[in-house]
Amino acid sequence: MANLEDQINESQKAGLEIVKESDEDRLMTLSVGPQHPGSGHFRFTVKVDGDYIVHCDPDPGYVHRGEEKMTEYRNFIQNIPHLERPVIHDSNNITYSYSLAVEELTGIEVPRRGQFIRAIASELNRQVYTLYWLAIYGIFLGHSTMFMWPTGDRELFIDLLEALTGARVTHAFNIPGGVRNDVPNGFKDRCLRQIAYYEKRLKEYEDIFYNNPLVRQRTEGIGILSKEDAIRLGVTGSVLRASGVPYDIRKVEPYDVYNEIDFNVQYMKGCDSFSRAYVPFLDMKESCHIIRQLLDKMPASGEVRAKLQSNPRGPPGEAYRRVESGRGALGYYIISDGSPKPYRVKISVGSFRNMLALPHLLVGAKMGDMPVIYWALNYWPVEADR
Amino acid sequence: MNSDRDHYNNTNNTSGTKSDLKHSTHYGSEPSDADHVSGEAPGTPSSSLKPASGDGSMPSTSSPSKLSRGVAELVPTFEKRIAVEITNKFGQIVQVIFIKPLRIKIAVEPSNIVEVATFLRDDLGFDHAESVAGTDYPKDNQIEVIYHLGSYSKVELTGHVLSLTTRTNRDDASLPSLISVYKSVEYHERETFEMLGVYFEGHPRNERFLLPEDWADIPPLRKEFKIKGR
Repeated sequence: MANLEDQINESQKAGLEIVKESDEDRLMTLSVGPQHPGSGHFRFTVKVDGDYIVHCDPDPGYVHRGEEKMTEYRNFIQNIPHLERPVIHDSNNITYSYSLAVEELTGIEVPRRGQFIRAIASELNRQVYTLYWLAIYGIFLGHSTMFMWPTGDRELFIDLLEALTGARVTHAFNIPGGVRNDVPNGFKDRCLRQIAYYEKRLKEYEDIFYNNPLVRQRTEGIGILSKEDAIRLGVTGSVLRASGVPYDIRKVEPYDVYNEIDFNVQYMKGCDSFSRAYVPFLDMKESCHIIRQLLDKMPASGEVRAKLQSNPRGPPGEAYRRVESGRGALGYYIISDGSPKPYRVKISVGSFRNMLALPHLLVGAKMGDMPVIYWALNYWPVEADR
Repeated sequence: MNSDRDHYNNTNNTSGTKSDLKHSTHYGSEPSDADHVSGEAPGTPSSSLKPASGDGSMPSTSSPSKLSRGVAELVPTFEKRIAVEITNKFGQIVQVIFIKPLRIKIAVEPSNIVEVATFLRDDLGFDHAESVAGTDYPKDNQIEVIYHLGSYSKVELTGHVLSLTTRTNRDDASLPSLISVYKSVEYHERETFEMLGVYFEGHPRNERFLLPEDWADIPPLRKEFKIKGR
């Protein structure tokens, strides 16, 4: 084979122009999503140099519904069913902070029993969401058992919520002033029984998944998000707590009855994908303790919601209220002009904030680690797009 | 996602929009609102920032019970101290709109916002932005942009949200970007650009983000944008 210099000489004799390969020629642009099973309804483009990602540009919006615009056309109560659509698996949490904000604007007081019931519902919903997320994380790590088990155990909580609210996933259960209906007969015993079973299952999850050497190898040390970067990027939820910041809205700004509940903020200092995958698991464990305490302390009888006027309204003003959802802080900023319809609603969701960490983590990572990093961000495209 | 456009139409009905604010400026000036300290219109200097009498005896921590709005009469001393710290530094540049438990809202002119934000980050410890929301006020011919700032690193501030607002003219909406101070506003400002048409000077990408690629309508969160059939 002729060497390179001979080739160049021959080309020059033939009058051909010599074009050197530039850095750009080495890069290949790949589109991940929105149909790709590894991204959900979310698209991002990456540029790869061989196996390494050198550039990442998120392109969300494929499931943008215009929730914020829609709220301006409906009154405070009519808004509830469509506002839970961005995260149907966590619908009690996304309507929780909405209810809190509307209560602040309209001055509605929630009866104590109602406060307990909606806290229980939101904790059960946290389990539903996190199990769903864990199932997806499992399957994208190639661990199909971790897909089957959480989807199966998730049914426990869906059944509980069905008994409580009447719907399996889209509950529309929280309303300003409390919850729609009281707990059914025997709910407490049923709840305690299923939690006892579920806690045994969590131990098995830990053994088969989190202590699995292969899972550890694939996640530990992958996608390091330092504490400083986590704060600078303003990430939230499990992503933030996995970077060593013990920040939980239930603790820093307790809403309803959370200041009476004894629980610890779960956080880790690993800063890697394993920590980000493990913190939601710790949250689920802690949530079981919270549900037990809530069931214990709940008043045996009483009203579950305040009596509302037909079109609740308050004086002109604004409110910004937050809850801790499965994906972190979930805030509603609502401006009221005194009419029964909100003037402006801004939904500040954890997924949208955590998206900023994606390019930060992917640049420099291997393409094969992309699903490991992406799904550990606890990112829910539909919520981010709203 | 392209079919999203079909659900909307473009009625350029600028006058007589049905949502009109009762108060043409900041609505915090309700007489019943015990917490607010200043009800002047933005731009006018605020002089009523003196602590209410007797607030020294109140607990300075932000106890959770204060969040139940039935006890709004409690003077949030800690919040007031933060507000005083800001006004001591900037004087009449910063106008305090309200002080509620765990919530402070301040308004500045666009030209000062970067300076004030830098102070909030470096001296007060508000280290990230939680959300950026734009609100259209056709009656004032203005758009208000509000930054909800929070703190992860300062323990006593973790429950607090400081709202930094500024207003811009609606016809030529343009504001300095805070991306040089808060990296966390990057996507939020980009969303505000496409949803309200506010151009952020200094932001690297004032571009489409959530809307369809072929969106050729006015920014949808402007009040004259109407959803079809409503």
